[in-house]
Amino acid sequence: MNKHSDNHIVPYRLYIQVLAGLIVMTILSVAITKINLDTLTVFAAILLASIKSALVLTFFMHLKFDNKLLQILVISVFVLVALVLFITFLDYNFR
Amino acid sequence: MSNLNAVSFREEQGRYKGIFAWIFSTDHKRIGLLYLYSIVSFFLIGVLLGAAMKLELLAPGKTVMDPATYNAIFTLHGVIMIFLVVVPGLPAVFGNFMLPIMIGAKDVAFPKLNLLSWWIYVFGAIIALSSLFMGGGPPDTGWTFYAPYAFKTNTNMLPAVLGAFILGFSSILTGINFIVTIHRLRAPGMTWFKMPLFPWTLYGTGWIQILATPIVGITLLMIVGERVLNIGFFDPALGGDPILYQHLFWIYSHPAVYIMILPAMGAISEIIPTFANKSIFGYKAIVISTLAIAFVGYFVWGHHMFTSGMSGTALYTFSLLTFIVAIPSAIKVFNWVGTLHKASIQLETPFFWAASFLFVFMIGGLSGLALGALATNVHLHDTAFVVAHFHFIVFGGVGFAFMGAIHYWFPKIWGRMYNTRIATSGWIIFFIGFCTLYLPMFFLGVTGMPRRYYDYVENFHGPNIVSTIGSWVLILGLVIILTNLIRSAYKGEKASKNPWGGRTLEWTVDSPPTLENFEEIPVIDRGPYDYRKNPE
Amino acid sequence: MSTMHLHRDDEASKLGMWLFIFTELLLFAGLFIVYGVYRYLNPVAFHLAAEELSVTVGTVNTIILLVSSATIAMATTAIRLKNKQLTILLLLATLFLAFMFMTNKYFEWKGKFEHGIFPGSEDLLRLGHGDTLFFSLYFFMTGLHALHIIVGFVLISIVCYRVNNNSLTANNPVLLDNSGLYWHLVDLIWIFLFPLFYLIT
Repeated sequence: MNKHSDNHIVPYRLYIQVLAGLIVMTILSVAITKINLDTLTVFAAILLASIKSALVLTFFMHLKFDNKLLQILVISVFVLVALVLFITFLDYNFR
Repeated sequence: MSNLNAVSFREEQGRYKGIFAWIFSTDHKRIGLLYLYSIVSFFLIGVLLGAAMKLELLAPGKTVMDPATYNAIFTLHGVIMIFLVVVPGLPAVFGNFMLPIMIGAKDVAFPKLNLLSWWIYVFGAIIALSSLFMGGGPPDTGWTFYAPYAFKTNTNMLPAVLGAFILGFSSILTGINFIVTIHRLRAPGMTWFKMPLFPWTLYGTGWIQILATPIVGITLLMIVGERVLNIGFFDPALGGDPILYQHLFWIYSHPAVYIMILPAMGAISEIIPTFANKSIFGYKAIVISTLAIAFVGYFVWGHHMFTSGMSGTALYTFSLLTFIVAIPSAIKVFNWVGTLHKASIQLETPFFWAASFLFVFMIGGLSGLALGALATNVHLHDTAFVVAHFHFIVFGGVGFAFMGAIHYWFPKIWGRMYNTRIATSGWIIFFIGFCTLYLPMFFLGVTGMPRRYYDYVENFHGPNIVSTIGSWVLILGLVIILTNLIRSAYKGEKASKNPWGGRTLEWTVDSPPTLENFEEIPVIDRGPYDYRKNPE
Repeated sequence: MSTMHLHRDDEASKLGMWLFIFTELLLFAGLFIVYGVYRYLNPVAFHLAAEELSVTVGTVNTIILLVSSATIAMATTAIRLKNKQLTILLLLATLFLAFMFMTNKYFEWKGKFEHGIFPGSEDLLRLGHGDTLFFSLYFFMTGLHALHIIVGFVLISIVCYRVNNNSLTANNPVLLDNSGLYWHLVDLIWIFLFPLFYLIT
């Protein structure tokens, strides 16, 4: 019944590495705003946030070690949100 | 685990006595019945409010109530019928009762959470209805709570909005429960494509409940924020955009229509093969169309807003998507009709409900296409045509399916049979009343009578009289149906395990089922509607 | 009803938790839509209003939350390695960091209130539509997020208590796992809130 609790013990080291990556990206995203990149600033900030959230999802939230189903579901939910945003902007962008 | 003298779940002695044995029960069947009793009570209140509106429209001018009362009544009618009756309706009643049995499980995945959702439902209902009894009077915005009026009116908006918010939680928890149940608790051998269609539709519904309800939750919280903190999200005076409110509201509330109709389609997909005595035609097509409806239905919300001033691009997109979402529904109708083709049909009450479902659902669906087309929508928007359309879908579709389901599963739930002659005559009267009530509203709408008005010009008098008389006939039918069912629940003949010859798992267990449904969890080696092999 | 505890299904609990996380994501998605639309309609005002917020406080809070996410993730490993003491230590660290986050938030909000910036305030109305919307969104979204921090705090406290009295061990870590998932969700949302409110200037 209960195979879940004893598979994949994630080593501490991996978490610390991921954390280090996350902090570096946070500092990076702050640094980027200091440089004037015009519209690219927004883009860079969102891109870095997306990479960071992907890291949290894959490692901290164990998606990498989970079954395929869950991975597909999580991706679908993000796609859904993106589609809803896209369709909403079909209104605001062309008004 | 299995005991030989198992008693039915109704007689089971638990930790609590009397009413507490019900309201603290984690048994999915008792929870299903708790929902049934609460939902039917609210439904009757909603019907009375609807009848009051029809009475007001019997003649032009003030007939029985003033305009403010009329506004409050149509709002309450909508809030009660949508949030308290139709959205929880089939999933919470028959989903709870039948889902575990149909997939060969002893209960849902999280029984305590299941009980909690009923309690949240009752709590939310009390909050919502408390708006009636507080100073300021019941809300008068319509069930859509459109901004900016929703935070300008002096009526009791807060309890209504918070009530709807709380009810959303109940709906979400039910959805989570069903999805996990279907993923984890199917009997051995029941692969995804051996699962009956009612669980399939509950699965699609569950996803919509999980992914759409939170959007309306946050939107209602924003309305609370507008009223309490003046945050200005939807207030043009503060730079907000009221149309954004409509977007957010319908991002939930259009999928909510599919929360309502999908389980109804599922119930019909159970009734039709049983009474056609024939395997369902195009099982996989029905499954896929269910999922397609759930998915595409998420992206059509804008067709409620065609006249709101959206951009042209958005209008075309939403109109196109609306036409696309009609396709899977049509596929289902073809499959149901295909199942009936050359079948030896058992003419019993549940079948009459299912057949009349097909009829009203077709009218509702096709009138929906008239509304989904941009040009006709401008003419028909906010007229009685819209009211007729969605009553054909929500009352005709979901309501008829609910009635069909209750007549279909009645012997299983109560272990007794109802008087079929009275039940059938109740259906005829109800059906005639329904058509008399709503068909004239199509004509009224096309000729220009707006919805939500307590008054109308003299030209509209004739159809309105017909419509009001229809509401009386409908109520007569409803009374006949209900008294018959209530009487039969106590005094009906004992029913056998499988009175209709159904093939799904619920017909293999006792009527009414025992606490754990199955003495032994069955192993499934055949499709859900396999009428070629003998049962057992 | 005595019969429903026949077996425990950790996979079911985990799936249930994930589904709940989906609803939370969609809850915030509604707000992100509102943010997106109003940022699109008031680009200049949002740009200027964002400069009112302290990047330092925002960055410190981001790092605090990221570290707290790592500590609770490490706690899920510690409990499986049957290291009770380290599990409790890591959970307490998470709680402490959550408390730090809230303290920072408190002073940040307090500073804004003292400058007369809060939903519906007259100063805000004088600043114009874009600023009103920006700060309303700021308070609404960070407020809702803070509410989630408090819920997470309570949840992790319960887990901590149960690890301490040995009712939550390597044999049944699912409550810890699920609290961890919830806490990562809180982190996930902040990862987006941070650039949207503090960085896009």
